[in-house]
Amino acid sequence: MSRSSKPYEIVERALELSSTDGCMVIADEQSSANLRWAGNALTTNGVTRGRTLTVIATVDGAQGTASGVVSRSAVTADELEPLVRAAESAARKSDPAEDAQPLVGDAEPTVGFRDAPAETSSAVFARFAPALGEAFARARAGGRELYGFANHEMTSTYLGTSTGLRLRHDQPNGTLELNAKSPDRSRSAWAGVATRDFQDVDLADLDAELAQRLGWAERRIELPAGRYETLLPPTAVADLLIYQLWSAAARDAAEGRTVFSKPGGGTRVGETLSPLPLRLRSDPHEPGLESAPFVIAHSSGDDASVFDNGLPLSATDWVRGGRLEHLVTTRHSAGLTGLPVAPGAGNLILDGGNGRSLEEMVAATTGRALLLTCLWYIREVDPATLLLTGLTRDGVYLVEGGEVVGAVNNFRFNESPVDLLSRATEAGRTQKTLPREWGDWFTRAAMPALRVPDFNMSSVSRGV
Amino acid sequence: MAHSIDASFTALPLRALADAALARARALGAHHADFRFERVRSAAWRLRDAKPSGSSDTTDLGYAVRVVHGGAWGFASGVDMTMDAAARVAGQAVAMAKLSAQVIAAAGSDERVELAHEPVHADKTWISSYRINPFEVADEEKTALLAEWSARLLAASGVAHVDASLLTVQENKFYADTAGTVTTQQRVRLHPQVSAVAVDETTGEFDSMRTIAPPAGRGWEYLTGTGWDWEGELERIPELLAEKMRAPSVEAGRYDLVVDPSNLWLTIHESIGHATELDRALGYEAAYAGTSFATFDQLGKLEYGASMMNVTGDRTAEHGLATVGYDDEGVKAQSWDLIKGGTLVGYQTDRRIAKLTGLGRSNGCAYADSPGHVPVQRMANVSLQPVAGGLSTEDLIGGVERGIYVVGDRSWSIDMQRYNFQFTGQRFFRIENGRLAGQLRDVAYQATTTDFWGSMEQVGGPQTYVLGGAFNCGKAQPGQVAAVSHGCPTALFRGVDILNTNQEAGR
Repeated sequence: MSRSSKPYEIVERALELSSTDGCMVIADEQSSANLRWAGNALTTNGVTRGRTLTVIATVDGAQGTASGVVSRSAVTADELEPLVRAAESAARKSDPAEDAQPLVGDAEPTVGFRDAPAETSSAVFARFAPALGEAFARARAGGRELYGFANHEMTSTYLGTSTGLRLRHDQPNGTLELNAKSPDRSRSAWAGVATRDFQDVDLADLDAELAQRLGWAERRIELPAGRYETLLPPTAVADLLIYQLWSAAARDAAEGRTVFSKPGGGTRVGETLSPLPLRLRSDPHEPGLESAPFVIAHSSGDDASVFDNGLPLSATDWVRGGRLEHLVTTRHSAGLTGLPVAPGAGNLILDGGNGRSLEEMVAATTGRALLLTCLWYIREVDPATLLLTGLTRDGVYLVEGGEVVGAVNNFRFNESPVDLLSRATEAGRTQKTLPREWGDWFTRAAMPALRVPDFNMSSVSRGV
Repeated sequence: MAHSIDASFTALPLRALADAALARARALGAHHADFRFERVRSAAWRLRDAKPSGSSDTTDLGYAVRVVHGGAWGFASGVDMTMDAAARVAGQAVAMAKLSAQVIAAAGSDERVELAHEPVHADKTWISSYRINPFEVADEEKTALLAEWSARLLAASGVAHVDASLLTVQENKFYADTAGTVTTQQRVRLHPQVSAVAVDETTGEFDSMRTIAPPAGRGWEYLTGTGWDWEGELERIPELLAEKMRAPSVEAGRYDLVVDPSNLWLTIHESIGHATELDRALGYEAAYAGTSFATFDQLGKLEYGASMMNVTGDRTAEHGLATVGYDDEGVKAQSWDLIKGGTLVGYQTDRRIAKLTGLGRSNGCAYADSPGHVPVQRMANVSLQPVAGGLSTEDLIGGVERGIYVVGDRSWSIDMQRYNFQFTGQRFFRIENGRLAGQLRDVAYQATTTDFWGSMEQVGGPQTYVLGGAFNCGKAQPGQVAAVSHGCPTALFRGVDILNTNQEAGR
């Protein structure tokens, strides 16, 4: 089977070959193009094409339904039947799957299911690449070094099931990360954007912003560890709340082993997490942040089930009016916990702030506060409190009397996003942002900046 | 047991595709071209409270062409198994190199890619050291073993939940380049983990205790008694977990630490392994993973730690997760010094970085995790050497009046220049007057790299040495993961900062 074979034909053929009680087939057609640079020069680049076919076979038995999941890239015609048989064999040899549910059915086929996959190529950088060369030249002349990465991916996912589902989703995903340093690397600034097609990326604007920030850093201020009023920009808020979402599996909470567990049993759903009227939500149809409108699960886990493949996704409020509204459930874990079905989706939005931009929040700072650029190397220290550690990176600035007065050393922080929501005194205007730490996995986010009166900077980091 | 390369891999049209790609790259004027065909099979099983909760069996297969053309890199990958397609991918790689050259020219740069010389290794094969390929063991045998282990723990008093998982990988690579090197390799690795959870329903407190068995470049025999005492470890976990639930919260302050290899491997990985990657030190990872405090100008000068500190980079260690015969640039695997007598004396390099810095030959640290990714400089097995005739763990503990014995890894984080780190663990035992005096909870240790290694007072003997490691070391953009081992003995550190994580959380 060559690449010219149509994905929907592969899906249909695999379903025809299926001989077990149920079958789900996912064909992922993926293409990407990327550019990477360091010290005002391109270092690596690449274009890729790939196809992965995932077959999930189910076998009913007296004790329940078992599943077998097998994925292969670059499947040839000769390998299609062996792939289906391998999934069926795995299902027949498995114990019943705990998350077994009836396969999803009764959905209208997606328009375009029979169409060729969407693709990207190096042409996506036709306007960006020359602008990057110009940015290098400008940076060189301005005494700056540019580092960074531009990546564009397109994934067309085709899902077919033995219950008749024929769904398709095209997911473009682009990111640009731009890092500027002084030639002695004692000053560093970062900006990142998520984009669907690179048409909305203004490299000159970003470069100018970084030049301004490097300018701020010409005055260096050393501060000790401690608790500081801190302005967390949208990218930092996204990194913290994405981790919170990843820790919000309902079953784990109901079993008493997460920050969302209630002492004495049950979950904290219904509890007020923040005095601010914040709303944390996912919506596959959010303009500019569109993600798959149905479940695509290549394997089962704590917060996903292959049996839910094709389940429609709608807007879900995780927090509404500051109150914990939903935890992540599959149909199986919803049944176990008594909570409504609420699968995770591919974007995360926090709104409910006062509409101020980050610049306006800086200007409104009456005393002294730290303005962060982004967070890095975030890891969980304690699941009971969801205490996370990590570091500030690429610019911590001191704000005094409503103005940035210089750059401060970096810090290691120890903080829990759940606790931060309860202590935040201000949320600003929600805007699209690229999560710095989790941008490899999660790019579709819109967040406001947060003001936290006592952010825990646990120790000083000399790293720049 | 001697193995041969998997016949289903060698049956693929490896040489024909390579010939087509390399010929096309040459015809288009490439100065250098390499072709890499990979098949990586990864299978995973997860059990929750002894019941299947997810499995997957994924095979990534395809090929990549990388060229140096006009002084610039170009890379492309593909999956179609025809000569025309391979030649087309080579053409795409050359086109990407031309695009790079345009950007470089627009920037006014005269930078050109050159590679360090490497002898030609023609028609070499290499297979890692294992007895039973885990992919030749029936899946039901694997899940039955995990279920039996889980059930055993669930039956113990105080264990509320058990999570068990097994990840197995077989990696096949074929490499050919325009200089004439042709290598075919096969590696097997696996990572079993079992974690028991205790929940106090009244207070809402909970905690967990995970096995400390490291992932290993071994076969199925690793789960049945070769290389790790699973029976002994599983037997101890319920009691250790119960003790941990009752343990007092640590008092923050400075303590002497005896750090077990099951914890120290990760500190080595973060504070030495990544810090001595020369591409990082030069700035090629600056925007993402970061740079390094161990800059190139400090080679031979930087006092990294105490005088008994000797650290090697090694691509040849038996059962090592980063062990290969040849790297992804056709460089033969080597072993070398990184830190000697406490001083920085070496780096990890690939061919381009070795040439750029005048270090001569690459020490073989190029690796790509899939056919769709370009090889980047990745970590060798970086290991702290034991002291011949050195002390046992018990004797090291015996030399501490007030301290903590740290066992097993859990949370880890380090800054982008590898100065400031914070680690937690699975088990923290109070040391009083040279003896263990029960566990502590809520412990994290925080230090700066050179302060920490400078505070190392004693290194244990070979009898304490264990090869730890990870499956999932991340680096580069697009992101790649690599498996890597780190061997070390138990070691004693004086006066390290201990945090109470409850207090850090504001409680």
